[in-house]
Amino acid sequence: MRNPLSERILTIPPSGIRKFFDIASEMKEAISLGVGEPDFDTPWHIREEGIYSLEKGRTFYTSNAGLKELKEEICNYLRRRCNCNYLPDSEILVTVGGSEAIDIAMRAMLNPGEEVLVPQPSFVSYVPCAILAGGVPVAIELEEKDQFKLTPEKLLEKITPKTKILVVPFPNNPTGATMNREELEAIAEIVKEKDIFVISDEIYSELTYGSEHVSIAGLPGMKERTVLINGFSKSYAMTGWRLGYAAAPGNILEQMLKIHQFAIMCAPTTSQYAAIAALRDGDEDVAYMREAYDQRRRYLVHAFREMGMDCFEPYGAFYTFPSIKRFGMSSDEFAIRLLQEEKVAVVPGTAFGDCGEGYLRVSYAYSLEQLKAALERIRRFVNRLEQEA
Amino acid sequence: MREKILAVMEKNSRIDIKDLSVLLGESEAAVANEIAAMEQEHVICGYHTLINWDNTSEEKVVALIEVKVTPQRGMGFDKIAERIYQYNEVKSVYLMSGAFDFTVIIEGKTMRQVAQFVSDKLAPMDSVLSTATHFVLKKYKDHGTILEEEVRDERMLVTP
Repeated sequence: MRNPLSERILTIPPSGIRKFFDIASEMKEAISLGVGEPDFDTPWHIREEGIYSLEKGRTFYTSNAGLKELKEEICNYLRRRCNCNYLPDSEILVTVGGSEAIDIAMRAMLNPGEEVLVPQPSFVSYVPCAILAGGVPVAIELEEKDQFKLTPEKLLEKITPKTKILVVPFPNNPTGATMNREELEAIAEIVKEKDIFVISDEIYSELTYGSEHVSIAGLPGMKERTVLINGFSKSYAMTGWRLGYAAAPGNILEQMLKIHQFAIMCAPTTSQYAAIAALRDGDEDVAYMREAYDQRRRYLVHAFREMGMDCFEPYGAFYTFPSIKRFGMSSDEFAIRLLQEEKVAVVPGTAFGDCGEGYLRVSYAYSLEQLKAALERIRRFVNRLEQEA
Repeated sequence: MREKILAVMEKNSRIDIKDLSVLLGESEAAVANEIAAMEQEHVICGYHTLINWDNTSEEKVVALIEVKVTPQRGMGFDKIAERIYQYNEVKSVYLMSGAFDFTVIIEGKTMRQVAQFVSDKLAPMDSVLSTATHFVLKKYKDHGTILEEEVRDERMLVTP
């Protein structure tokens, strides 16, 4: 029999997280600090809106790009929070989570061989999506000494004539790094000068601590070369609803819509109705969750530093990214031993790019009690490592 | 800092000062002082435990009583409330807007005991015009806490 598989898909290694998940899921009584989703339930008024829509029998397809009302609310939101003006009818596309938006943005923009700059450590999808779209991913290795921010120097170093897209993944999963206005302005200048395009993944935009999120799409001259991606999963605790969106100039969005319409048809209708309620009346819920995350963030960073682990101070998302370099083992080894010996699941930094070596992603989307219990075990593990050394 | 301390302590009065100070990013001394000040100023009026008595062998009956009164010369609502809240059986007294004046929450061992309190103590008071007693049959949620809820983390162990 002939090989049924595509050569392209075979070049993509399975997700490092998946491998870890398989080990972890066989452990009974494991405590996890390994998830990338909120611990809160979706606020009730949002869930109720979804339920109402089902009760009223709104169980049909919506238009491909999404409900008009939702697109209008998204535009209001982006104007209010990101200083960006988009047209609901031609510049907004409601997608199945931010993930779909990443995929179709790459497919709509890349020609074979064109390069996609992916700052790492970062979310696991950018590289595979770039490859599947026929592009060539090029990692930009971010460093702790720069607080895991993308610097103009690092960007310039990797730009070639083939560079088409820069992914801007801030606030960042897994590092928790954020970029302020000046830092983004410096990046935007280079992007414009070199005539490249940006996919700005702002899924964690509501979860910043200290200063408000700034969107690169809102900077002068950037809207026309940026695909802004956001969604409801992280800010409104709606991961399972699978709902995100892309905002982009009409010429790009039109082509993304084509892919979406053939591959997906439309995002789930129930989720779209619920999302309208989220955007209209969800600000207080977001503020409440943000404060809770902020408190746990301080707690976790403090605890790591107390046990002698270097931990960079994250100002966004809900992850800490402590360094384990001083223990002289790889992230994988550390994470697997921690899981086997103390039954705590965290994610090795390498799952988010090679330069994540020496770090762990530890999520604080957990109650204080869960964090405490897990930290107790981590402390025991670290003490044991120190005695071994 | 006050509002934040209160928001945390309202849900968990047993949190220790050290943890609380880390959560809020303040020094332990500052947090301790603020709490002491709030106790002094009666912003914090007590530290209670939320008990679901239905899950104990203790028998308890709770009733909510609507009370209509006529305030008398030299004796406003506050004075009348005071006469009511001095009784140990009375757990809460609220002055209300609308069709009646006070909500009085009473706890007793039996319905008979509660009824007796109303007929012997509350109803005969000079200023009390009428009472309507409602017994609580089941508590679902109290002080923002769902009483019978089982909290389970249903998320997968590791996700991107």
